Amino acid sequence: MHERELVIVGAGPAGMAAAIAAHEEGVKDILLLERDQYLGGILNQCIHTGFGIEYFKEVLTGPEYAERFIHNLLGLQGIEVSLKSFVVHLAKNKTLTYLRPGELETVKARALIMATGCREKTREMVHIAGTRPAGIFSAGLAQKLINIEGLLPGKEVVIVGSGDIGLIMARRFILEGAQVKGIIEIQKQSRGLTRNVVQCVEDFDIPMYCRHKIARIHGRDRVEGVDVVAVDEGLNEIPNTGFRIGCDTVLMSVGLIPENELVEMAGVALDKKTNSPVSDTLNTTSIPGIFVCGNAFKVYDVVDSVTRDSAACGRLAAAYLKGSNG
Amino acid sequence: MRPYDVVIIGAGVVGAAIGRELSRYKLTVAILEKSEEVGFGVSKSNSGIIHPGTQNPTGSLKGRLCVEGNRLMRTLARELGLDFKEVGELIVAFDEEETFRLNELKKQAEALGVPRLQIVDKKWLEEHEPNLSREALAALYAPTAASISPYRLVFDLCENAIQNGLELFTESPVQGIVKTRDGFDVQTPRGVFRSRFLVNAAGLYADQIARMVGVTDVTITPRKGEEFILDKKREHMANHLLFPLPSKISKGILVIKTSDGNPMIGPTAQDISDKEDLSTSDDGLKKVLEGAQRMIPSVSADDIIAYFAGLRPVAGEDFIIRHENAVAGCVTAAGIQSPGLTAAPAIARMVVRILKDHGLALKKKFFFRAHQTELRHLFSIPFSVTRRLIKKDPSCGDIVCRCEMVSAKEVREAIERGAKTLDGIKFRTRAQAGRCHGSFCTTRVMKILAEGRKIPLTQVTKRGKGSQIVAGDRRDA
Repeated sequence: MHERELVIVGAGPAGMAAAIAAHEEGVKDILLLERDQYLGGILNQCIHTGFGIEYFKEVLTGPEYAERFIHNLLGLQGIEVSLKSFVVHLAKNKTLTYLRPGELETVKARALIMATGCREKTREMVHIAGTRPAGIFSAGLAQKLINIEGLLPGKEVVIVGSGDIGLIMARRFILEGAQVKGIIEIQKQSRGLTRNVVQCVEDFDIPMYCRHKIARIHGRDRVEGVDVVAVDEGLNEIPNTGFRIGCDTVLMSVGLIPENELVEMAGVALDKKTNSPVSDTLNTTSIPGIFVCGNAFKVYDVVDSVTRDSAACGRLAAAYLKGSNG
Repeated sequence: MRPYDVVIIGAGVVGAAIGRELSRYKLTVAILEKSEEVGFGVSKSNSGIIHPGTQNPTGSLKGRLCVEGNRLMRTLARELGLDFKEVGELIVAFDEEETFRLNELKKQAEALGVPRLQIVDKKWLEEHEPNLSREALAALYAPTAASISPYRLVFDLCENAIQNGLELFTESPVQGIVKTRDGFDVQTPRGVFRSRFLVNAAGLYADQIARMVGVTDVTITPRKGEEFILDKKREHMANHLLFPLPSKISKGILVIKTSDGNPMIGPTAQDISDKEDLSTSDDGLKKVLEGAQRMIPSVSADDIIAYFAGLRPVAGEDFIIRHENAVAGCVTAAGIQSPGLTAAPAIARMVVRILKDHGLALKKKFFFRAHQTELRHLFSIPFSVTRRLIKKDPSCGDIVCRCEMVSAKEVREAIERGAKTLDGIKFRTRAQAGRCHGSFCTTRVMKILAEGRKIPLTQVTKRGKGSQIVAGDRRDA
């Protein structure tokens, strides 16, 4: 087992910003673990624009935004990047066990930053009744299938929830020649950014059903349709308002959950509802020296804010290391 | 072509167990399965409980076969390398009248031969089942109840039978059966299978198969059960399988320990008419939650990570296992509802005995391979062993499914051992079965499956024909 000053888990926008900031503060022994084979995390599949408006005062695509940090990061002495490195265990004393090709490694960190991102809520988490055919995707999976794999998930799409990824995917499906037959939002209005509502939904005349929910999914092998029903202020179904939309695909865009199973394993207290670390201050946890940043700490709307707050996390970890040295 | 000695219709747990039992002998045996994967009918939605034999009427066939099956399953699980966990069950009483009924149940079960039964009191329950409702007064404790993975049982029974010479034909729905002078011609899209003996283990469709040979007194009614799977974080909320007192048509809403660790709550019991209706409902969710909360008050809807519905093939009160005297050589195994999974090894023995009594010559094979290697999950073994495995084969450490930590090696092995669909991989390895429901790993699993089966990505299905994952390749447009 070897020891490192600072270990950062996850090299998406949060992990990269934290690494660069900690380095600027004088931490020169940093190990950055990334489970994928490239840096940048989920930004790589976000080929639409709208990134960097606050941080760079420019309009960039996801990969372009990531590229600026990757370029910067790889030029720094003292940050070791380890790709295809998958953390399987985290102990309270900040000892990590991780896999990399052909090896199972153990490393003890003096300070640890977890930048593990978030996952999408599933159909099961919102308890939609009906069958379980092929053709039900999280919006992010559909995005990956189209933008990375070059596959079209379906041709007639209904989107459940109006989170930003769902709105962006509505436009993406239309550009791919598919039909988006409706966006079903249980709240009074879209929960996405206004610019996405305008550019992705209104500009393409996609029907948005607010104060509606999906009551049931139909189809045995592949999705065949959904039952939609109006809901009242208390989100209860209003009788006799139901109608059927025929479709072969259902996209789920009903929210994100921080991925904190590793810090939970180490004993960090998590909020049961949000799955975020219980903490009064940004990026800290109930265990001193274990920090969490980016979407793993709380779900953000735009990546620019992730960069800003995660850089602060890098500085926080640097200060912690200085404090514990002296 | 030389006729088969036996053709079995249906590769659910019953057909698979019969096939494996027959593969001990010098016989030619084929199983015909309509789906692309084995066990994807009734068996897939089984709760995986190995019942001790309680809650069955004295003198019933299913009661006797359940007790025998519980005993046989231990050897079988060991031979096949399955995770058999003897967790024990508690049938919980909530009032004086129910407490009284426990004694009755105990007596009935003892008459069937269920061993080591014990009535436990409130104090015992508080000590051994601390999350159980404070309203529980007493329980009947059956320590021989256990859990197993129902689908892996079917996969392994088939795989082992194939190793011992059985032939399995998937995507082979039976379209018609002609009774010939000395056997049967079974018609499928793959052609005609000629056989001396026929075993009807067609689950929900056993009545249709029976009618094809002129047997008209079998009617299968699907009884739907909705089940809800909870997050692994709740694994230790109960230490035993928890049952309420049984009603006329079902064992009630249970709290189930599964062999994978996730607790499960359910099932509902509702007679329906559509044999393909596997939908879940808001009403089912409500009933199951209420039932589970009666046992473990802290269960909440937020704990649910997955749900499904299954259909029990009901043909009256008891199993129907018999030789059809009007159709010499045809054996029916129908109406195998609960406790069918437990009873399966005993049903297999009984069916083989019936076949023998009606002229099938049983000569033991000189070499029968009873044991097979289990699929080893990387994280059910100590890190020291993991380290050695990875050194030998790096793909052991190449994680595909992050939620359940399933490696590329495990996925490839599942395909080599018979998985043909994404669900086939999921049920063998747990890849895509975790919290994210495949959001992160679906594309990678699709690629490994397409590569392994040498098919284009657009042909990858969830569970067989018609359930393609994607609609097309956008580069073709």
